Amino acid sequence: MGLSLTGLMACGAGGGNGNKTDSTSTAAVTADSSWSLTPTDSPTTVSDSLKLPTGFTATTLVENLGRTRHIAVAPNGAIFVKLSKLQDGKGIYRLMDTNGDGKADKSFGFGNYTGTGMAIRDGYLYASSDTCVYRYKLDNDFNVVDPNHPEKIVTGLLARGEHEPKAITLDYSGNLFVNIGAYSNACQLQDRTKGSPGQRPCPILDSAGGIWEFKADVPNQTYGDDHHYATGLRNVVGFDWNQQTNSLFVMQHGRDQLHDLFPDIWDTKQSAELPAECMYELHKGSDCGYPYIFYDQFQHKKILAPEYGGDGKKTAGDSAQDPVMAFPGHLAPDGLLFYTGNQFPAKYKNGAFIAFHGSWNRAPEPQEGFFVVFAPFENGKPTGKWEIFANNFSGGDAQTASGRADHRPCGLAQGPDGSIYVTDDSKGFVWKISYKQ
Amino acid sequence: MKNNKLFIFTTGASMVLATLLLSAKTPVAPAQTPTQAVMARGKQVYLQICLACHQVDAGGVQGMTPTLVKTTYVLGPKTPLIKIVLNGMTGAITVNGDDFHNVMAPHSDLTDQQIADVLTYVRNSFGNKASAVTVTQVKAVRAANKPAGK
Repeated sequence: MGLSLTGLMACGAGGGNGNKTDSTSTAAVTADSSWSLTPTDSPTTVSDSLKLPTGFTATTLVENLGRTRHIAVAPNGAIFVKLSKLQDGKGIYRLMDTNGDGKADKSFGFGNYTGTGMAIRDGYLYASSDTCVYRYKLDNDFNVVDPNHPEKIVTGLLARGEHEPKAITLDYSGNLFVNIGAYSNACQLQDRTKGSPGQRPCPILDSAGGIWEFKADVPNQTYGDDHHYATGLRNVVGFDWNQQTNSLFVMQHGRDQLHDLFPDIWDTKQSAELPAECMYELHKGSDCGYPYIFYDQFQHKKILAPEYGGDGKKTAGDSAQDPVMAFPGHLAPDGLLFYTGNQFPAKYKNGAFIAFHGSWNRAPEPQEGFFVVFAPFENGKPTGKWEIFANNFSGGDAQTASGRADHRPCGLAQGPDGSIYVTDDSKGFVWKISYKQ
Repeated sequence: MKNNKLFIFTTGASMVLATLLLSAKTPVAPAQTPTQAVMARGKQVYLQICLACHQVDAGGVQGMTPTLVKTTYVLGPKTPLIKIVLNGMTGAITVNGDDFHNVMAPHSDLTDQQIADVLTYVRNSFGNKASAVTVTQVKAVRAANKPAGK
């Protein structure tokens, strides 16, 4: 079963099929078959249960805060965390470590709704539910002025039971970007059902499966073509505005279930690695090709999705954008942060931290992920190398393999001192990671 | 089958007794340990169809797929359980206080025997212990099942 495509796994094999080559690919796409789960190149240290490169320390700022998703840190160090399940009736917490001992000693909960998105820009805190984006005015000490009466900035977004979280980020020109995930795996007529064909055109794409752009300060905006920023993205949870390139970078959650739905094409091992979890650099009008194609990091090609007649080899999506970087399948990138601080060593500057929540769709093969990756950038492009920056969230190899992880990294933020923060939406831990020479 | 339903949903002892007396063909000892053959067949279906989402240990996936271990969905009444397999499930459901969002495809293409086997297997594996699901029960639920407009 699935052995017919063993040749497919050879890196770079199978080219020369007469189709035009992807000359539009501008950056090296890495994470090929040479990829293995080795820890960082540099020696590691264990700090507050996390495995980090030598010189870095982690402190657990807070524990057991519930489903802590995305996080934002104000210029005075006030930490705001969004929860996807109410904790004591509250969906947002403001935390403060006032005495600098690495523990949050002040905590204030507000907002009676669940969600994922959390961001601070120009004196406002932005928060998303699965259907709306709100903002709260902050005072000079970054306290929320009126916690019970946020402004509703965006309203009426689709949430149809799958890929519901509305991740948000902002640029520095007054624009708010919102991910609206496709409420489907691969846009089949009947979702996730063997034998059900892919829909062409995919009706989901008019109102989901992409990024929408809104004004950061205009209330009650909703769907409309002028807001549609990028399409062909299955689901994005981690995304961030890159100040060096002045553009939006996203991490897509690739499709599931290649083996379950097409066991004659992919075996369980291939299906565990495919398709790639892709990083894209977006511009207005970007189309990344979902659901018609997926990216195969071994062939370095956009492959026609099997629901649309693909056989694992046929390429398609010539007009769809190539990823700037590709990671192994199903690792679930839930947080992306471009590091602009000065505390970490120079190689981290302007590079990307990515929080991989951890896989489920690798079963019966071992699960993977549950770590924070660092991908260095040069001149606004990923160098192609990447390494595991923070590991051991799962609690050990056995827990990684079984998927019964203690912690699942989700949100990332940078503090005013250049430390970074990582949330865990399994047990509600928030870590602060710092560097000392 | 009516009798079986009555047996499950009736609390009055006299009614149960009456049902038992009236129904000579009521399956006996439903809590009996299922045969090895049923368990082996059920496991096959589980590995092929269920494992991808519910995982090797049936513990599910946080926020995505609910656990099958010791929940009322699995150990409770059989009719709704059989219907979940036949019709699939969409939209968030709450199990043990947590929400789950993954979509479960309908599996009405499985035979009555396969559904009975896999449900019996799940109800008697992973620390679960509950009565077997029979082919007759699956057949009856399938016959009464209205996939559209339910």
